[in-house]
Amino acid sequence: MSADSLERLASAGKGESTRTLLRVIILLLVAGAAISSRLFSVIRFESIIHEFDPWFNFRATKYLVANGFYKFWDWFDDRTWHPLGRVTGGTLYPGLMVTSGVIYHALRALSIPVDIRNVCVMLAPAFSGLTAYAAYLLTNEMTPSSSAGLLAAIFMGIAPGYISRSVAGSYDNEAIAIFLLVFTFYLWIKALKLGSMLWGALCALFYGYMVASWGGYAFITCLLPLHAFVLICMGRYSTRLYVAYCTWYALGTLASMQIPFVGFLPVKTSEHMPALGIFGFLQLLAFLDYVRSAIPSRQFQTFLWVFAGSIFGIGLIGLVVATSAGFIAPWSGRFYSLWDTGYAKIHIPIIASVSEHQPTAWPAFFFDLNMLIWLLPAGVYLCYQKLADEHVFVIVYALFGSYFAGVMVRLMLTLTPVVCVAAAIALSTILDIYLKAKSPIPEEHLPEESTDGTSKKASKSGLRASNKPYIGIYATFSKVTVVGAMTAYLLLFVAHCTWVTSNAYSSPSVVLASRMPDGSQHIIDDYREAYQWLRQNTKYDAKVMSWWDYGYQIGGMADRPTLVDNNTWNNTHIATVGKAMASREEVSYPIMRQHEVDYVLVVFGGLLGYSGDDINKFLWMVRIAEGIWPDEVKEREFFTPRGEYRVDAGATETMKNSLMYKMSYYNYNNLFPPGQAQDRVRGVRLPDEGPVLNSIEEAFTSENWIIRIYKVKDLDNLGRDHASAAAFERGQKKKKVIKKKGPRVLRVD
Amino acid sequence: MGGKRKNASSAAARGVSPSPSATSTTTSATVTTKVQPKESAPPIATTTNAFATSTQIEPTTTTTTTSTTKTTTGKSSGSSSSGAQGQAWNKVFSNLLTHYQDTTPQRTKLIDAFMAFLVVVGGLQFLYCVLAGNYPFNAFLSGFSATVGQFVLTASLRIQTTEANKSDFPSVSPERAFADYLVCSLILHFFCVNFIN
Repeated sequence: MSADSLERLASAGKGESTRTLLRVIILLLVAGAAISSRLFSVIRFESIIHEFDPWFNFRATKYLVANGFYKFWDWFDDRTWHPLGRVTGGTLYPGLMVTSGVIYHALRALSIPVDIRNVCVMLAPAFSGLTAYAAYLLTNEMTPSSSAGLLAAIFMGIAPGYISRSVAGSYDNEAIAIFLLVFTFYLWIKALKLGSMLWGALCALFYGYMVASWGGYAFITCLLPLHAFVLICMGRYSTRLYVAYCTWYALGTLASMQIPFVGFLPVKTSEHMPALGIFGFLQLLAFLDYVRSAIPSRQFQTFLWVFAGSIFGIGLIGLVVATSAGFIAPWSGRFYSLWDTGYAKIHIPIIASVSEHQPTAWPAFFFDLNMLIWLLPAGVYLCYQKLADEHVFVIVYALFGSYFAGVMVRLMLTLTPVVCVAAAIALSTILDIYLKAKSPIPEEHLPEESTDGTSKKASKSGLRASNKPYIGIYATFSKVTVVGAMTAYLLLFVAHCTWVTSNAYSSPSVVLASRMPDGSQHIIDDYREAYQWLRQNTKYDAKVMSWWDYGYQIGGMADRPTLVDNNTWNNTHIATVGKAMASREEVSYPIMRQHEVDYVLVVFGGLLGYSGDDINKFLWMVRIAEGIWPDEVKEREFFTPRGEYRVDAGATETMKNSLMYKMSYYNYNNLFPPGQAQDRVRGVRLPDEGPVLNSIEEAFTSENWIIRIYKVKDLDNLGRDHASAAAFERGQKKKKVIKKKGPRVLRVD
Repeated sequence: MGGKRKNASSAAARGVSPSPSATSTTTSATVTTKVQPKESAPPIATTTNAFATSTQIEPTTTTTTTSTTKTTTGKSSGSSSSGAQGQAWNKVFSNLLTHYQDTTPQRTKLIDAFMAFLVVVGGLQFLYCVLAGNYPFNAFLSGFSATVGQFVLTASLRIQTTEANKSDFPSVSPERAFADYLVCSLILHFFCVNFIN
């Protein structure tokens, strides 16, 4: 196709319609590439939902499709956060579920029978194609060269930084949010350039959609005012800015308040105050602008100083008073952790415990963006050279975005679009210069599309011999070198992206894959095995206690009530579970009874060498519990006197007696010959004698021991405590002495 | 925008209601132009006074124009415009007024009247919120943002339809601006009605 159409393009004298056709074809191909590179996991495994969060989204979508929109909106979920429940309808971002619900019903209406699961699995890849298109539009606003837009589209389509959250089956809010982010920015630039209310209103509508989809909308809420502010500071206030910004803010804020989860936040929290401040500031500027046009400049100066000074003073005092009086909430913890990366670790362990909230490691930038990361400064530099309003936006966004990407791993996602845009600008500039550079002689006509040397030689032969040979960028050699190098980089980039996607981002953490010695693939399916067991062998309302990571999965796959889940809205409740896990059985049992726990689920990777297990997360449970009960749970006691975190014979008594340790290693040594028990994650040999469990009993252990489920014993029939009852069972009657210790107390804290 | 606002409200103070009907606005405009040199000076001077007192001069807030002039000059004697600054203020405002009345077309004045009305309504709502509490916060918020949003949109319409700004908006004709305005207002009020509970 390409040779033919290129031929026609060259011969038809670059007809506009041909170009448009080519562009459409290229964009379609880019969308195809973006979608297909995200399908690794579906092809290798199957069409399932990955990870943890998406399971909740999936469950919510199923609820939406089954019960309709209004019930979804008022959904109170009593099967999570037992016994508290969760006002799910008011505490989620409904954009994702509503989107897939609409798609589902639309396809049904077209009499295409689809399963809601497939809609959910394929939603992220489908939207990545749209994101590529949005990146194309955004870049086209920056530069007249349309090749930059196409490059940005393909970068956006296959950059691993974006793929990481949008592979098929990763049904997360980010799946549609990045498209909305880029498209909102595009609309903003468009509104700013044209000064059009309509574009501003569209921008506000998509901003509202973004708010409905992802908590990261605050990024837009801060970036657009920042852009406006920078423009004002550069003396670039214009009526266009006024129209675009005010339309966006007035409509967008109202739109964002429609989401119950956001509610009054836009007028109450500090994160949203910059937008409001700039909004007010623009009103003043517009007024001043009008006054300036009305009166002579000398008078205007006196007017300006008094007026601006008074307004600024009043505004500042008002803000301080409002903040101190509590009308405006101070910055929330998650935002503090953006400024001070150590903040969360000290004050809010629950935020710090999430791996994607950790600061980014340097190699991650290269891993996720490859060559784009070093093209970013070049692109920003080129923007400096032009420095129109929209280029200021790229610069501001690049600075802002790279700071936040450095602070938090998952904000790499918000950096990726601007990196793609800037890199595309830089690369297309290079290619344009070296491919299109005409010789200084006016008779010289290089065909624009041809890069090979033959045509140039032909044209060169027509020149007079007295001419000096071309040097610098006009020389064929330098052209071929640079273009060749760039092509090589681009090919490398594609190879890198494919490799990263296929190896790092396409494994659903629900299903693990490993290689057998003969090279064949071996699927480890313990999670689903265990959840299926729960679904089939337990009562419908049997409460399952586990660490919050698995809450959504248990709710989604096993359909059993959980105590805590990934929506970490109640720190105390999570700390309670942490305390139950970290304490001795005698302490944990009353806690579990109080919360009506029937089963306890732990993840143990010792047999398989699966490092994401609960023993490795255990310290976070301890820390979070310690935050609430500093007297009863102490992190220090889980470390040996030499400061080591050990699980073998040298572990501390607190560690050995903790419920988590016992549940993980219970009966584990029976798998091995005596003295050979080994933990393959931590690489240590375990003591010969395994832990003894009294108040709970093993109910299920999956094939590779990844998931272990324990049943909480009922109260003893004879009124004994569980330790003595178990001792009696084992035939050790001597412990009977400590049995009679007064009446058994159930509810102790 | 505040300039027009002030002017319209001063017109209202003079007994002419800022209702959005063309005739009444016309009369008010003509009346003010005629009476302006004599009559409009004192109220404007008091507004100046309010400005000056709010910012720089804490100690003596006197009501008469002359004393304000004195204090202002006393404070800012170091600045270049060390002459009678109070008179400069008067001049600023009279200039503003004449400029406004000379150059603003009739339609734009209509828009300004509407904006003044919005300011009044918004101010009343805010006053109510401060005095009587914000209990149905949804209702207050949607009402208030309806006025603010409508004000901003109207201001945008005014900016886009002003002849002087034509060069800023090459792609927006007045008709287009009005169509945009309608669409945006519809969206705004849809959200407000949805939010009001």
